[in-house]
Amino acid sequence: MKSQILKRLWAKLIEPLDGWLMLFLGLIFMLSLLVLYSASNQSFDKIDNKLVYTMLSLTIMWLIARSRPQMIMHFGPPLYLVGLLLLVAVHFKGITVNGSTRWLSLGFTRIQPSEIMKIALPMMIAWYFQKHEASLRWWHFLVAIALMLLPVGLILKQPDLGTATLIMAAGFFVLFFAGLSWRVIVGGLAVFAASLPVIWHVMHDYQKKRILTLIDPMSDPLGAGYHIIQSMIAIGSGGPIGKGWLNGTQTHLDYIPERTTDFIFAVFSEEFGMIGNLILVGLYLLIISRGLMITARAQTLYGRLMAGSITLSFFFYAFVNMGMVSGILPVVGVPLPFVSYGGTATVTLFIGTGMLMSIGKLRK
Amino acid sequence: MAREKLTSLKNLRSEENQFQLRLVVAYAFMLLMFVLLVGRFIWLQVVQYQHFTTLAQNNRISLVPILPNRGLILDRNGVVLAQNYSSYTLELTPSKIDNMDATIEQLKQLVDITPRDMKRFRKFQEDAKDFETLPLKVKLTDEEAARLAANMWRFPGVEVKARLFRDYPFKELTSHALGYIGRINPKEKQQLEDDDKTTNYRGTTYIGKTGIEAVYEDQLHGQVGFEEVETDSGGRAIRSLKRTPPVNGNTLKLALDIRLQEIADQLFGDRRGALVAIDPNDGGVLAFLSKPGFDPTLFIDGIDSQTWTSLNTDWHKPLVNRALRGIYPPGSTFKPFMAMAALESGIIKMDDIRAAPGLFVLPGSSHQFRDADKKGHGMVNLQKAITVSSDTFFYKLAWDMGIDRIAPVVGQFGLGSKTGIDLDGELTGVLPSKAWKARRFAKLGPAAQKWLPGDVVSIGIGQGYNSYTPLQMANATATMANDGKLFTPHLVESIVDVKTGRESRVNTSPTHQLPFPQTYFDYIKQGMAGVLKPGGTAGAIGAGLTYTMAGKTGTAQVVAIKQGAKYNAASLAEQNRDHSWFIAFAPVDHPKIAIAVIVENGGWGAGAAAPIARQLFDFYLTGRVPPAIADSLKTATLPIVQAPAPAKKAASDEVANP
Repeated sequence: MKSQILKRLWAKLIEPLDGWLMLFLGLIFMLSLLVLYSASNQSFDKIDNKLVYTMLSLTIMWLIARSRPQMIMHFGPPLYLVGLLLLVAVHFKGITVNGSTRWLSLGFTRIQPSEIMKIALPMMIAWYFQKHEASLRWWHFLVAIALMLLPVGLILKQPDLGTATLIMAAGFFVLFFAGLSWRVIVGGLAVFAASLPVIWHVMHDYQKKRILTLIDPMSDPLGAGYHIIQSMIAIGSGGPIGKGWLNGTQTHLDYIPERTTDFIFAVFSEEFGMIGNLILVGLYLLIISRGLMITARAQTLYGRLMAGSITLSFFFYAFVNMGMVSGILPVVGVPLPFVSYGGTATVTLFIGTGMLMSIGKLRK
Repeated sequence: MAREKLTSLKNLRSEENQFQLRLVVAYAFMLLMFVLLVGRFIWLQVVQYQHFTTLAQNNRISLVPILPNRGLILDRNGVVLAQNYSSYTLELTPSKIDNMDATIEQLKQLVDITPRDMKRFRKFQEDAKDFETLPLKVKLTDEEAARLAANMWRFPGVEVKARLFRDYPFKELTSHALGYIGRINPKEKQQLEDDDKTTNYRGTTYIGKTGIEAVYEDQLHGQVGFEEVETDSGGRAIRSLKRTPPVNGNTLKLALDIRLQEIADQLFGDRRGALVAIDPNDGGVLAFLSKPGFDPTLFIDGIDSQTWTSLNTDWHKPLVNRALRGIYPPGSTFKPFMAMAALESGIIKMDDIRAAPGLFVLPGSSHQFRDADKKGHGMVNLQKAITVSSDTFFYKLAWDMGIDRIAPVVGQFGLGSKTGIDLDGELTGVLPSKAWKARRFAKLGPAAQKWLPGDVVSIGIGQGYNSYTPLQMANATATMANDGKLFTPHLVESIVDVKTGRESRVNTSPTHQLPFPQTYFDYIKQGMAGVLKPGGTAGAIGAGLTYTMAGKTGTAQVVAIKQGAKYNAASLAEQNRDHSWFIAFAPVDHPKIAIAVIVENGGWGAGAAAPIARQLFDFYLTGRVPPAIADSLKTATLPIVQAPAPAKKAASDEVANP
């Protein structure tokens, strides 16, 4: 009788979840615990924290996963508005750290409103398209772009190029799946390429430096190039099979900067080598594949747009992070999804996962 | 209505198609990007694997040099002449200090910084690069070091470091033989780079500048050790991975007997001059003195310009190594070698008797060559002419022989050429010859270059163009004493490998044997033995000898005396008085020591130089310490340090208790 209740409880618990996603995320989570333990010099402090915020994130994910997409959809506009207001508040009353104003003090804690936008912006645009589903015209795309550029502009002003890029990408993915004309996409890329000199001109010095560093890290080996050189050394010296867990010299002698957060991939790569990298990339690919399957089978436009945007965002985060740590993309503050240490980003990722699962249950 | 629905359905289908297409495009794009990423991993982790492994190793491991201890220098009995000691120094790194003057002002309140320290530091600052660490004050007392250590946090860029210093316990006494070490200057740094020795000098601040310290630099320096230290990104050492210990510099054992050296020094007193004593059996230098000496410790940490100038302008010239670089006319000490040339030339036989008048007038000239003894010495043979030092006898001999029969023979005793001693900067002196004169006066034209018949006359008595170093005279004397075995004189007798304890002797076999008949050697040596017997020029000096001794006095003119005028020491300024020479060896049959002594402006040979030689021989051969200086000697009671390896039994010990 008791086991019967437990069984029913268990069934209720896993009912909203997607088995495949849970399996892939579970495997990535295991790897992330291993690498975090090593990166934090075998201290359990960060592991404990990670377990706590992951549990919290899973709970939020579960709650979202058991809700209908239609219901979630209605949170889009208010969330977007709140996010926008907070970004404006940041602009006027934000806390400045290292020259950029990204945080807002709530008295007991600090929040980063741009983080909300990562999920609120695609929700907003997807909601907007869903609302005008029957009669989508080109001006609807213009409005959507305006909705996107508003928060992106505010975030670029902070300045936070990394987050702005991620949010713009998430918005763009919605537009892409909503059927943004190929001509506009190609044209937009052309305009972007043509305006590069202008962008270069308005970029902050530290941003220019990052780009230059990417082209030639050795130009400033102890300054701007230091991080990227050290992480490339870590990855390269990891070799085909890695130096072994807890044996990364670059990691343990403190050569890798931000090694539990943005650069955790360098730690992973040093200790687990090429084989580890392939496993990790493979896992991301599986998650993305599963996400696209969910997207393909989504019952509503909103579901398609959200699932597509979330899936492509996962890819984008992973690709940008690994690309930056391995030296093919400029250094922007993008964490490695599901692996990097950090509660806020994890909560956002699991909210996205929850939505994927919600959409994946073939509900409207 | 139906039509409309159809359109909508069609639209829906095309929309559906477009959506599916976009999914495929997105998926393909993502796959492509991941392939790109994997390509990057292959590049970094497979293709460039070795390169990055090396970089990671370099990152991780830094080499910290461990300095070797500089080799000791011992005298022949194991007395330490140069050693190392550890002491604290106050060091500043200018690049890390914002306000140098303020920092020094504050440091002054903690330790006493003298104007000399300041001057020296300023000089370092001019020479060195900013990031180099420079000593402000050396040899801090324990109290000063403690006081500074407690306040160090106030002074970024200031450190108190334990350093090894060089100590020369006998200071002036050994200054000209040992030389000194000093901070490596830019020129020496360049030289080290050219010689590919930079690695071995990592962390080393000192290098041998002159003397034994410079010549044997490679032996004394040793091999630098390294510690492979794992360092974190902040440069902090985490742990030691591997340690290659340094190999300390080898110990040098000199032939020098510091007791002999000190007695010689004391016998000189305040007089200037030089003394070189050589063991005729192996060319080992037993004593090597140039008076006055200087305190070598002044140079170790850099000399301030004021002291430097005063040392250089002092008319006593304490920095000049007179034994090695002082060139003096040999005076009558030249006569024994001249005698050998005369016998070799066949101009005179051993039993020929000739006149030794009071005056020699060059045929066809009115120039008078006077003898030191106005009355002359009557009829003498060559041997007797040496004993009584007849100038006229040798004038005539030189005139009869001509320069071409003098120079080749005398030159074989090493006069006028470098002896090859293990010291740097040796001078050649002048062995006059026609070729030499042509070379020397090349600029003045053929008239000045031409060898004049009269040139040879004064050469016969060691004046004229003759000029040699005391070292050359000592070595020539040793070569005469040992019947023509020419050695390369050497201060260092053996090198003790500190690692194996093996002692390797320097080459002590004669470079060659002079091709003169033994009878000539015996003949001349007997003439020299006569010098110290009654009737000889140093007969008084030879009184009471318990061993046999042979020698030759000499008086070298500093200024020419006008024709007809009389030399009067009292009327001449001190610098213009004659130099007093004495060469000698003993015992006559089996010589153990040969010597050349010059006392600058000391007057006649038997007066100043000969007594020094006699008393030194007394000590060396019988152990008798001159009573007048016995109380002021430091070395007589010195504890003899056991050398790292079994020492060769010292000659002095063998004869100390005859």
